[in-house]
Amino acid sequence: MAASGALLVLFLFAHAAGNLKIFVGLPDFDHYAEWLRELGTPLLPHAWFLWIQRVGLLVAIGLHIWAATALTIRAKKARPVKYAHRPKVQGSYAARTMRWGGVIIVLFVIYHILDLTTGHLNPEGGDSNPSARVVADFAPERWYVTLFYVVAVVAVGFHLRHGIWSAFRTLGQQTTKGERRAQAIALTLSVLLVAMYLSVPVAVLTGLVG
Amino acid sequence: MDIKVRVWRQAGPSTGGKMVTYDVKGISPDASFLEMIDVLNETLILSGDDPIAFDHDCREGICGACSMVINGVAHGPEKATTTCQLHMRKFSDGDVIDVEPWRAAAFPVIKDLVVDRTAFDKIIQAGGYITAPTGTAPDAHATPVPKKDADAAFEAATCIGCGACVAACPNGSSMLFTAAKIAHLGLMPQGQPERDSRVIDMLQAQDDAGFGGCTNAGECTTVCPKGIPLSLIGRLNSDYRKAITKR
Repeated sequence: MAASGALLVLFLFAHAAGNLKIFVGLPDFDHYAEWLRELGTPLLPHAWFLWIQRVGLLVAIGLHIWAATALTIRAKKARPVKYAHRPKVQGSYAARTMRWGGVIIVLFVIYHILDLTTGHLNPEGGDSNPSARVVADFAPERWYVTLFYVVAVVAVGFHLRHGIWSAFRTLGQQTTKGERRAQAIALTLSVLLVAMYLSVPVAVLTGLVG
Repeated sequence: MDIKVRVWRQAGPSTGGKMVTYDVKGISPDASFLEMIDVLNETLILSGDDPIAFDHDCREGICGACSMVINGVAHGPEKATTTCQLHMRKFSDGDVIDVEPWRAAAFPVIKDLVVDRTAFDKIIQAGGYITAPTGTAPDAHATPVPKKDADAAFEAATCIGCGACVAACPNGSSMLFTAAKIAHLGLMPQGQPERDSRVIDMLQAQDDAGFGGCTNAGECTTVCPKGIPLSLIGRLNSDYRKAITKR
């Protein structure tokens, strides 16, 4: 969980940083998208870097889901008879919602790819510029799309707050000082990532970008 | 105090069970939770019923025998306390209190609130010891141990093996128990020769016994009567990582 999760966090930051390019200008954002396809050329053929990255991500996601499923199945087997009286788990909200939060994130990622990568669910369709798809997506009259993005991104934030902290523990973090540091890093990275991701839809919604 | 208790009644390991409600009247607020069940059992015996079976031994909070989930919390509402040291003054007159056994596949119910905790013995048998013959108790200064390590080892060694960590864990994992045993031996010079095989073998025994996997939910440490810290699981993970990379 920790190793595959760490890869996914790295990707999330690279993706968020790329998104911010839209604040430089819409043509710059489209140019960034084109650059992603040119990355690695001439060593690699056109768009190969992107496909290598996609395959790597799919493997990481697959391992992450496989490990989570194995843990869930083991947990179900380890307690065949449920408690009649069971108060809410005392741990954090983030820790409690890891499993369902993960399912919501997977569903969101599928929608997100069909929306902004392939354009199937986007009003502009697949043949448009990436920046046009973003602007059309978060238009004020499509507020429900923006709302869904906000909910999903906040879910990612909660997932990471427990996930990053938990990954440090899995990799052997054990000191009091390290514990405080791990909690601070998890919270800072999660908040930063949520802020980076939400800035784009909010900017389009309010007309700052468009 | 007059209260009602809803207790899990199960006649034997292979029979089904159910929650049964009993009225308990005139209980002193200074009675311990176990004494309240003793009083209830006396009335059950007098009325010809089967008394409620439950584990108990020292009643001083140090043996780890008592094992009840009270209102959904292992060892009840008071932090860092075993059931025997929990007093009825922590409850209010007229309360309805739910009492259940530890729930885990690795801890099958024998009768009522008594569960079989042999699975913990299996984990200890897999490596929770040192094989060097130690003879009589050595002189305290024969093997120097830094104070910091001695204190940390002692803190880990206060684990009484009651199983509350497993009962509370949403995954039914015994990771805190195993981590405590690995830490208290691994912090001592005498525990070093078998440090690598210990963590691998004890984790294998834990998996074989049917415990769940740890997801760092942190429930275990909040119910632990001895306050074993969650950081010991990080230490176990670190020991495990070093052990498998050396293989």
